[in-house]
Order: sequence, then C-alpha cells, then structure tokens
Amino acid sequence: MKWLSRVVGLSMCASAKYSSRGPALIPRMKTKHRIYYIALFSVVLLGLIATGMFQFWPHSIESSADWSVDKRSVHDAPLVRLPVSSPIPERGDLSCRMHTCFDVYRCGYNPKNRIKVYIYPLQRYVDEVGVAISSTGLSREYNDLLSAISDSDFYTDDVTRACLFVPSIDVLNQNSLRIRETAQALALLARWDRGMNHLLFNMLPGGPPDYNTALDVPRDRALLAGGGFSTWTYRQGYDVSIPVYSPLSAELELPERQPGPRHYFVLSSQTAIHREYRAELEQLKAENGEAVLLLDRCSNLSQGVASTRKRCHKGQVYEYPQILQESSFCVVLRGARLGQAALSDVLQAGCVPVIVADSYILPFSEVLDWKRASVVIPEDKLPEMYTILKSIPQRQVEEMQRQARWFWEASLSLSSMKAIGMTTLQIINDRIYPYAARTYEQWNNPPVVKWSSVNSPLFLPLIPPRAPGFTAVVLTYDRVESLFRVITEISKVPSLAKLLVVWNNQNKSPPEESLWPKIAMPLKVVRTKENKLSNRFFPYDEIETEAVLAIDDDIIMLTSDELQFGYEVWREFPDRLVGYPGRLHLWDHEMGKWKYESEWTNEVSMVLTGAAFYHKYFNYLYTYKMPGDIKNWVDNHMNCEDIAMNFLVANITGKAPIKVTPRKKFKCPECTAIDGLSLDQTHMVERSECINKFASVFGTMPLKVVEHRADPVLYKDDFPEKLKSFPNIGSL
Amino acid sequence: MQARKKYVLLALCACCWLLLFYWGGVQGRLLKLLSRQRGEEVRLWPDWADRAMLLGYAEPEELHAGEGAGESPRQRQQARSGVYRDSRCRMETCFDFSRCRGRDGFRVYVYPVEKGERVSEGYRKILASIAESRYYTPDPREACLFVLSIDTLDRDQLSSQYVPNVDERIRGYPLWNEGRNHLIFNLYSGTWPNYTEDLGFHIGQAILAKASLNVEHFRPGFDVSIPLFSKEHPQKGGERGWLVRNTVPPRRKYLLMFKGKRYLTGIGSDTRNALHHIHNGKDIVSLTTCRHGKDWEKHKDARCDHDNLEYERYDYQELLHNSTFCLVPRGRRLGSFRFLESLQAACIPVLLSNGWELPFSDVIQWSQAVIEGDERLLLQVPSTVRAVDSERVLALRQRTQMLWDAYFSSVDKIVLTTLEIIKDRVFSHVSRNKLMWNALPGGLLVLPEYSTHLAHFPFYYLSQGISPGQEFTAVIHAVSPLVSQSQPIMKLLQVVSKSKYCSQIVILWNSEKPPPPKSKWPPMPVPLTVTDGRRKTTSRFLPHVAIETEAVLSLDEDTVLLTNEVNFAFLVWRSFPERIVGYPPRSHFWDPVKQVWGYTSKWTNEYSIVLTGAAFYHRYYHHLFSQYLPPSLRALVDRTSNCEDILMNFLVSSVTHLPPIKVAQRKQYKEVPNPQGAKGAPWSNPEHFTQRQECVNAFANWFGYMPLEHSQFRLDPLLFKDQVSVLRKKYKDLERA
Repeated sequence: MKWLSRVVGLSMCASAKYSSRGPALIPRMKTKHRIYYIALFSVVLLGLIATGMFQFWPHSIESSADWSVDKRSVHDAPLVRLPVSSPIPERGDLSCRMHTCFDVYRCGYNPKNRIKVYIYPLQRYVDEVGVAISSTGLSREYNDLLSAISDSDFYTDDVTRACLFVPSIDVLNQNSLRIRETAQALALLARWDRGMNHLLFNMLPGGPPDYNTALDVPRDRALLAGGGFSTWTYRQGYDVSIPVYSPLSAELELPERQPGPRHYFVLSSQTAIHREYRAELEQLKAENGEAVLLLDRCSNLSQGVASTRKRCHKGQVYEYPQILQESSFCVVLRGARLGQAALSDVLQAGCVPVIVADSYILPFSEVLDWKRASVVIPEDKLPEMYTILKSIPQRQVEEMQRQARWFWEASLSLSSMKAIGMTTLQIINDRIYPYAARTYEQWNNPPVVKWSSVNSPLFLPLIPPRAPGFTAVVLTYDRVESLFRVITEISKVPSLAKLLVVWNNQNKSPPEESLWPKIAMPLKVVRTKENKLSNRFFPYDEIETEAVLAIDDDIIMLTSDELQFGYEVWREFPDRLVGYPGRLHLWDHEMGKWKYESEWTNEVSMVLTGAAFYHKYFNYLYTYKMPGDIKNWVDNHMNCEDIAMNFLVANITGKAPIKVTPRKKFKCPECTAIDGLSLDQTHMVERSECINKFASVFGTMPLKVVEHRADPVLYKDDFPEKLKSFPNIGSL
Repeated sequence: MQARKKYVLLALCACCWLLLFYWGGVQGRLLKLLSRQRGEEVRLWPDWADRAMLLGYAEPEELHAGEGAGESPRQRQQARSGVYRDSRCRMETCFDFSRCRGRDGFRVYVYPVEKGERVSEGYRKILASIAESRYYTPDPREACLFVLSIDTLDRDQLSSQYVPNVDERIRGYPLWNEGRNHLIFNLYSGTWPNYTEDLGFHIGQAILAKASLNVEHFRPGFDVSIPLFSKEHPQKGGERGWLVRNTVPPRRKYLLMFKGKRYLTGIGSDTRNALHHIHNGKDIVSLTTCRHGKDWEKHKDARCDHDNLEYERYDYQELLHNSTFCLVPRGRRLGSFRFLESLQAACIPVLLSNGWELPFSDVIQWSQAVIEGDERLLLQVPSTVRAVDSERVLALRQRTQMLWDAYFSSVDKIVLTTLEIIKDRVFSHVSRNKLMWNALPGGLLVLPEYSTHLAHFPFYYLSQGISPGQEFTAVIHAVSPLVSQSQPIMKLLQVVSKSKYCSQIVILWNSEKPPPPKSKWPPMPVPLTVTDGRRKTTSRFLPHVAIETEAVLSLDEDTVLLTNEVNFAFLVWRSFPERIVGYPPRSHFWDPVKQVWGYTSKWTNEYSIVLTGAAFYHRYYHHLFSQYLPPSLRALVDRTSNCEDILMNFLVSSVTHLPPIKVAQRKQYKEVPNPQGAKGAPWSNPEHFTQRQECVNAFANWFGYMPLEHSQFRLDPLLFKDQVSVLRKKYKDLERA
C-alpha cells in the first residue's frame, strides 16, 4: 500500500497549492456563510482531486518507480549469495527440439508474428564465501547484446507476456566462469522452470584440455546460441550457431574493397595453428611460391605494440587485419576450438574464407548459404587446398568476395553484438512463426542483387489450357456506336469467354439492354462511381478467367484471327503483357531524360493496353500494389495508365512485353478525341513526362527493349493460306 | 443578501478558476505522463554509468591464439572415429571417402539379387532406378556407395513384405564392413503399437534413407529423409503437378481440408482425435473415420457414428482439387502418403507432425512450400492459414509444383535426389548451393561439376540481376572434306565471323579425312579452332573446352544464313537464354492409331523442335547432354548418326517445360525424301526419317513422358514485311526472298 500513501501525499500537496488564494477571502466572510463556503469549497476540491486521482493514479506510481533512476553503476546491482546446496540444473539434453523442450504456448498466436523477449534484471552472484561466479562479471559485449535486445521490438519488460527469456548472467566465455556456480545461478532465475524458453549466448565454449564444442555449464532445456558447435553438439532446429565476435572489427573500420583480383592468392594469418597443419601449409607455400602468404606471430615486437594487430613472415611485419584485404582467399583453420574469431576479421576484409574445420557448424548456417561465400575443405584435403581453390573461376571468386563482405556487413549478420543478437532472435522467431519467416533471398542477397534481381510472382513455367478462354474488358465513356462495333468484332473470337463493359460515364446511363448487339457470350456492364482510368484495371469479380483482354472502345481494326492469335501467344507468356501496338522509350541525351516514342521503330519496350492480353493478377497489382502515387497521378492526368501497367509488369517480372502481329494502322489509339498536330505534340510531351515520373518512383528504369515480335509460324510463308491457322493477319 | 450574492459569485469564480487551473495543470501533466508512457513505461536494460569500464568478454590475445592449437589432428581423427559411430555417425567418422577417389568418383554398386529373393515392387523400382542412373557400376571395386539387394523397405514385422534374418545375412557379406559406405532404404519401421524407428537389424555405419524419420534419430549430414511413396509411384517420368494455371484470386472453394483415419488408441491418436474440432462444414472440412482395421467397433467411441456418416459425404479427390490448404497430420508414423498427394495436387500442405525430419530437408527449404504447424497448436491452424495472404498462397502453391516436379514425381527422382545429396556431401567443395536446389529447374538438373557459379547457368539471370553474355561461339559441324574454296562452309564462316556478337568459331571436324592445315582456312576476324569430333554424332554436344561464351551457335556445314539473321537470332536468345532459339522447326504428334509418337517435318502451324543445324542455346546444355543423359541414348545417336538434334530438344524442354523458339528465316528448306536417291544430304534418305520417328519414341520412353511442348508463334524482327520504307528496317535483308 506504499503507492496509496504516496498518492495521498501528492494530492495533499496539490490541494494546499490550489487553495493558496483561499485564505485571503475567508476572514471577511460572515461566520454563518463561512462554514458553508468552506464546506462547498472542500466538496468541490475533493471531487476534483478524486476525479484526477481516479483517472491518473496508475501513472503516478509508474513515475515514482525505481526504473526512473538514470545512471547507475553495474556494481549497484543486487548481490545474490548462492548457497552451496543450491540446486544445479541437469546437463543440456541433446534430444531437445522445439516441439519437445520449448513451450510454444508462451508465444501464442500473435498477429505481428513476433516473439516477446524478456531480460532478467542484472544481479551479482557470489558463492557462500563471497567470491564472484565470473571473473569478468557483465562483459562489454554481453551488455551491448542485452541493450540491443532491449531496444528492439522483440523486447518486453513484462515477464508474464514473454516467450523467450534471456538471463543477464554472462556466459559468453566459458573460461571466465565457475561452471557449477553459474549453473546454480541459472537455476535460481525466477522463471527458470528447467530452462524452458531460456536463451543463453556463448561464444567460447569448452575448456582445456579437450575443449567441448558446446558450453559446459549444465543448462537443462535452455536454448544455446553458441559459437563453435560441432555436428554432435548442435541440436539442429533448436540451438543457434553464432560467430565468435572479434572486437578487432569494432576497433577498426576496414574500407570496403571492390571485388577483384588481389595481390596474394591465399593467405593464412592465424597464429595458433597446429604444427602438423603448419607443415602442410608450408608445403603448399613451397610448391606455389609468392601466391601463398603464410603469416605467424611476431617474435620481436617492441614494447607497447599490440601483438594481435601484427603478423610476421620471415622478419617482415604486416598489419593485421589490413593484410587480409590483400588476398583472395584466407584460411580459417580450427584451433583447439572449432569457432575462430578470425572468421569475422576475414569476412570484414572481404576475403573469401577457406574453412578447414571438420564438423564445424558455420554461423547462422540455418539461414545463411555459406557455399556462396566460402570454401569448406575437409581437414584431410588441406594439401589439395591450392588446387581446389585454383579451380574456382575468377568471376565466382569475386561474387564470393562480395557475398562474404555482405554476410559481415548485413545489419542482421556478423558485424556487431547487436547484429548477432538480432539475427539469433530472428531465427528463433522464424521457427515459431514459420509461415512469416524471412526468405532465402532476404537473408542471402546482397543489396546489389536485391536491387537488380526480380522474383516473378508467376514464376512457374506453365502454358495454361486454351479452354477457359479470356475476358475482354472494354473501357467506354460514351462512344456507343463504336463500342457496339467493337463488341460485335470481339464476339467472333473463338476463345472469348465473356465481355465486360466498364461504363465510365456517371452522367449517362448505358443504353437499354435491347439495344446492345446480340452475341453468343455473356456480356456484363459494370458502372463505375468515378470517371477514372484506373477502373480499367480493377480486378472485377466478373473476370473469371486469368487472361484479360483490355481493349479500347474504338479498336475495331483487329481481326478475329489476330485476337485469337494474341490469346495463343499469351498462353505461352502468361506472365507478360501481350499486345498489338508497340511503343518505345528512349534516352534523350540532349535533355538528359527519358522520351516517349510512338514512331514505328525496330525496337519495342511497351505495348499499349488499348489492345493487350495480360494475367488478371496484374489487375490486383495495379489496383493495390502500385508503388508511390502513380495510380493517383494517372487518374488525375487521365493519361498513361498503359505506361504505368507496362512499368509495373516489367518491374516485377524483369521481362519485356510481347508485341504480336504486324504493323497495323491504328486510329491513333492514344490520341482519342484529339485533333491536330499541336495537341498531339502536347500529348507526347505528357507521355514522356509520365515515363520520367514513373522511372523516378520505381527508382530505376524497369522497361526492357527488344527487337522481336510474335507472328504465326507460317506468317507470309509460301504456303496455302487456307491451311494456315491464322490466315487473316496483317491486313490493313 | 448583496454580500451573500457577491460571495456566491466569488466562490463560483474561484471554483471556475480552480477548475481551469486544475485542468490546465492536469493537461500539462497528462502530456508529460503520455510521453512517459511511450518512453519510460517499458523498463529497458539500463544504460550503465560505467559501461565504458566493462571488461571485454575475452582478451584479444585469448581470442586469436588463446586456446592454442589443440591436439594433433591425426590423433583427434582417430579418437573421433572410435567414439562417433552407429547412432552418432557423421560422414567424417563413418564414411570411407577414399573409396570415392577413383577415376569416376561417385559410383554406386548394387548387390546382385539372390535366387528366390522376394523383392517388393517399391524396392524393385529403387534398384532399377539406381541401375539405370549414370552412377551405377557393376564392379564393387570402383564403387563408392553400396546398396543392398535385400528388400529393407518394409520393416514392420507384421507385414508380409518383412524379410527375416537380415542381420545374419549382411554380416556374411564380405563388402559389408560394418555398413560403411552402404545406403539403406526404408519406408516403414517398427510395428504396432509403438511404431518405433527400429529396423529389426543393426545398420551400423550405413547411411539410412528413410521415410518418416524422426529428428531425434536423424543423423544430420549423414542420413537422408525420403518421402513415403506408394508402390504404384511411377518409376520414371511421372505425372505433372495438377496446377495448370494460376487462378486469381488464388483461394479455392475450401480453405483447409483433411479426410482420413482416426486412431482410437495408440501412438498418433492424440492429433487425429482432435482434428474434428476444426471442422466447420463450410470452408474447413476435417473428416475422420473410425472404420478401419479389423476390430474398430471394439474401440469405437461416441463420436464414431456421427463422424463416419459425415466422412462419407465428401469425396477425397474432390476435396484435394478444391482446397487451398491440406492438413497433413502424422499417422502412426510421422510421414504419410497424404504429403506427396497434396504436394502434387497443389494443395498447400499444413504439417502437423512434430519431430518429422522433412524429406530431403538437407537441401529443400520447405518453408517456401508448406505451412509448418505444431501438433500442440492445432486449434490455431485455422487462423494461421486464414492469415496467409493471397500473394503468398500463389507463391506457396507454385512452389509445391516446382518441388513435386523436381524431386518427387517418380521413384527415379526420389532415388536420384538421395544419391545427389550424398554426392554433394562427399564432394562438398564441388556441390550445389541452396539456391540451386530450390530454384527452378531444381538441383537434379544443375550439375556442380560444370560449375558452382550461378552466373554460369542459364537459369538464374533474373534472380541474380545479371544479363546473359554479349557474345557467342559458333560451333560448325563439318562432315565433308575441304576440297574447294567455294564450299558452303566457307561462305558460312564468312557470314558468321562478320557478326559483331561472334567472339570465336569452333569447327568440329567429323569428316573421314583429317582436318586440313590451318592455312587452308580463310583469314578470320575472330579466332578459329578446329576440334576433332572422332566421327561421333554426339561430339557435336560435347562440352568443348574451347567454348568460352555462354551462347553457342550450333551450325551444320551447309547451313545458309545471313549475318543479320544470326544477329537477330542472338538478340532473341538473350531474351530467352534458357531455351533453344533457332530456325528450322519440326513437330511431334501423337498417332492414336499406331499408339506411338510421330515426327513430322512438314510445314505446320505449330512446332515443338528447332533443329540444331542452326540454333542458339546456352553452353551448359552441352554439359547436360553429355553428363545427364544416359550412355544408352547417346549410343543410339552415335549408332544411327541421327537424332542428336531431337535429343537436344527433348533435353532442353524437359528442363524448361517450354517449347523452343523459332525465329524468322529468309530461306526455308524442307526435310522431304529426295527422289534422286541416296546421294545428297543425309536427310534426303527415307530411312533417315523413319529413324527419327523411332528416336522420338525411344527418347520419350527414357524420359518417361513427352517433354516436348508446342508453340504457335515465330519471332520476327519488328518491322518484318511491314509496309514501311525499307530504309527504316534494321533487318531488311531478311525479307528478300
């Protein structure tokens, strides 16, 4: 009830303050009224205070809680004395997996698909005689890691809502720990519960002489994020393999070097290499000479020079880790431990690591594709290393250099304790919500690739069956006569499944049903609420086929053969725009910007949607996923919806549109209701502007230029016309 | 009274003033509190005042050399192989790599089937697949991997397929060697009621390729988890997936379905017993029946009758076709037939099988194709699958088809995938990365011996943001001796070398006469190499080291082309680098009367083959042609000196599932029998034509299906034969007939 007295105290102060002007009035009052007024005052005041309290008291306790203390020392953390008889958890259970040792109910279903992580408050553990359980206490790295978690959206301070618990007991380095006491400390944690849902971070496991590959501290069911797992200690899908953090890389920034050939071919920079391996490396050096650089510890450094920053070879001193940048490949050999801090240095230098450590589980191997950034060579094959590396083509080496640097650089990979912590949590998160997991591409593609690559949503090579046919969508405003002609023409196409007229005129109703042409296919009229161009690309439920033919209400010149052929071509390219009139974008060197070209040229990069087949999926993309304000821009300018569609499709598929059939005299399909040359020119200017605008929104020019168009196989061939499937093609 | 009113007024004023003051103050406090609510309410990890004083977790010296070099590698290796055996086997400790160092590296030996040995249909297919694969060897001395002829598929002691005394028999094999380098296939292990992982014999150091593997028993990087398949599963070819088109919106009539047995007792009954909870009769259909086994009525519970009734109302096939997601819960064992069934049906599997090591989990990223549920969270499954958005449904569904087609549609593929996974482990420094395994066309068609670099394959240009090379190599197949300077080949050399995209020309000399000296060839602006083809027709598609570009232009010596035609075709190829882009088309068709495939060279409205006498394709197909195809097919081609082009088309179409591309050509020539007789081009021979027909059938037989696809269009230059000024046309000379 401490909080209550505090609140009352607070309100007393407030009342004293508020009534400070009161006493001046009171002496002049008559006694009979005085009591009355004082009573009235008090009632009003109390009421107000009560309201205020009722509304705001929870916050007032918060503000007075211990947490507001700004700066505290690590040494202020409460001291916990461990009794000798304090329980010790069981050793880690090698058969643990997420479904057996992890309590998913704690994580629950959550719309954000994000686990909640709780960090225990810091405590200092000592044994009965007062000796600390760890020689370093809270290390700088572990503190960085914990504050990174605490700053992330994984974090919660509510122990009851947490799904994962991170103890503040630092076990990064087993050498600085007293194993039994650390285990006792773990068991004392408030929610330990056999280590269920607890995550420990350890980078240097094991100790002399045999160096176990996982932390020796008994930890029951706790998950272990460990550096240096072997396949025997790593519980796949449960533990997380992390890198051994190298503080050197934090001290020093190595500038990124462009991938390319380096002065040395392969380099070994580690100082603690077993003499048998060193002998094998020496042998390699003897065989291959200058291309191999074999460095060792410097024996005669002057005082005050950090020996970790120097390497020597035959009396010559090299700067470490800078020297790593001078080599294409850098050997990372196992020492007594499997995980080596040198790996981080090597990756930072953009050197391709050659990992020689049998049974080592590479860092974050669950998500990172190490084959693209490193070469793993069995210890047995060390003598063949040079030959193996030589067989890798230079272009691939460069790609690996880029990939290695990316693994190090990626905010989610190896560069800092924060990155290590976040990657670990993300991996665990992905296991609990696998349906929302990050993809291979997200983890592995460096930004260069992410920018330039495309992963088409319709990636499966399918040639859809002919039978479902296509739906023709005619956008019309008021040109009824022309519209009816278009409808009559299209209805002759064998594969037409349905006709959809999008009536974009709000002021006028579509003609009566009896006036419409009689056709064999279903005909539907959709009335729109606003006269917008984007209505043409709305994914109407009435469109039941994948193939959509967008057609203007004045395109009457396409023959039934041409339309049917267009549909057949679309079936072979269901992920592209397949259209009739083609257009081109050009770079205007004088103006330094893009230009729209409608002349008949030898190249094409767009097809007009005044007559084009495409997959209904692109209607969704256009309506719901169009980047930036392009959609509004098109609707406001009443122009360029076709250019926008071409951009969208090219951007997501990385492919050029297909122009079908020969040149045709279209009645200037893009300058409808415009007469005269000058208007025509403004129209072209506007379309050029569209291209520039869209290119800037997309951040790139996605359109692809090609020089081909699709014609029927026997088009213009010396062959009887009546035997051709599509004889009526190309007539003007 | 006056005073009283005044006081009342004053009091009211005071009250109002107080109120204002109070609320004003409160607002200020409120703001402060709100901001505190955001910033301070969450108790963050403290920013320690003495943060800078904290020690590093390890001294730099300790990190870089601290632990020393450890024990001698040799000793460690010896100690290791003593300890890590049997259930703790890894490739390093239980596999003899030295057996795989032979000339051909990875070779698989199958024990001869003993007389009277009963081999089940499934195992017979597995053995046949191995025997037909390119890794098979009949000689145990050169083998790297051994496969028993004893049927180990069904190790359920109650099964009729159970083979007794396996232990004794294998111990008698001189090659057994504690199971080292042996591969054991198994589909069913253990028996009622617990269905343990027990195989009934000691597998020792052998690699286990097993269905329904449990993660606990799975030896990572050593065992291979395979899918459960029925004995009717086709040996080769196999049905394509059921997805023929990408419908949008992608959701189907039912959201989620399950139809299967309910176990009333024993292992696996927990999950299956709970399945009816999510049934809503509308978009989620989850049906179970108790009616299975001999004495189901003995164990029958209150739900059974109702459930059995409901069960009969729906048809499994109908549900499979019309459901977006399919529940794949564990049965008695972890894997079920349902898994492959829903994968093929493009019904996205929702797995409820805790601890199941998914098939080929080493290489396949299952999260891209299935929803991995948790048996403990069955009731969350409906909301989970409802939350999967349309875009992801579309992607997951296509991915099921890709995986089905790449790894599961036939026993051949399952067995080959198993072997390839093991091979990738044995030769880990020349192995496929995860992208190669998971992107189209799948790992089996990506040979790491060719390259492990993504940019060297025709499949990854778009996904890696790179474009195909700007140059090509022309490979001219020469069969007639060089006698005059006016021979067609001379003209062809001139034409091709003039192309600005041509970087080199390789002449494949397959004539009876030895190749002429260098001086006989005309001077060329590009390097010219002459390679001896040893008079084999398949030499045309050997992975010649001389070819340095990605694009190959394959030419017959008598091909007539223009430089512009070559240029145009090359630009088209750059848009379709994974396909064959060429000129003369041919077609195949099904002859319903003779029940065979037919081949036609007539002019038709569609084509499925583009002759390689003049065609562009990626050089990787050379490698695939010589390494992936079996020696038998290549022998057929060499024996008949025919059909190599058809075989190449089969190969490329089986990889891409797409037809080749024909481009415009000025001159057209027909493959018609020549009445003049045997003299002249080889294709003028009618026998030649019948042979080609037979080839088509032989190839379709080996592939197990007909990979060729038809196309109805041809790609022409943009202004081809258009009525515009010739001056505007870039490829005007293509039109001169």
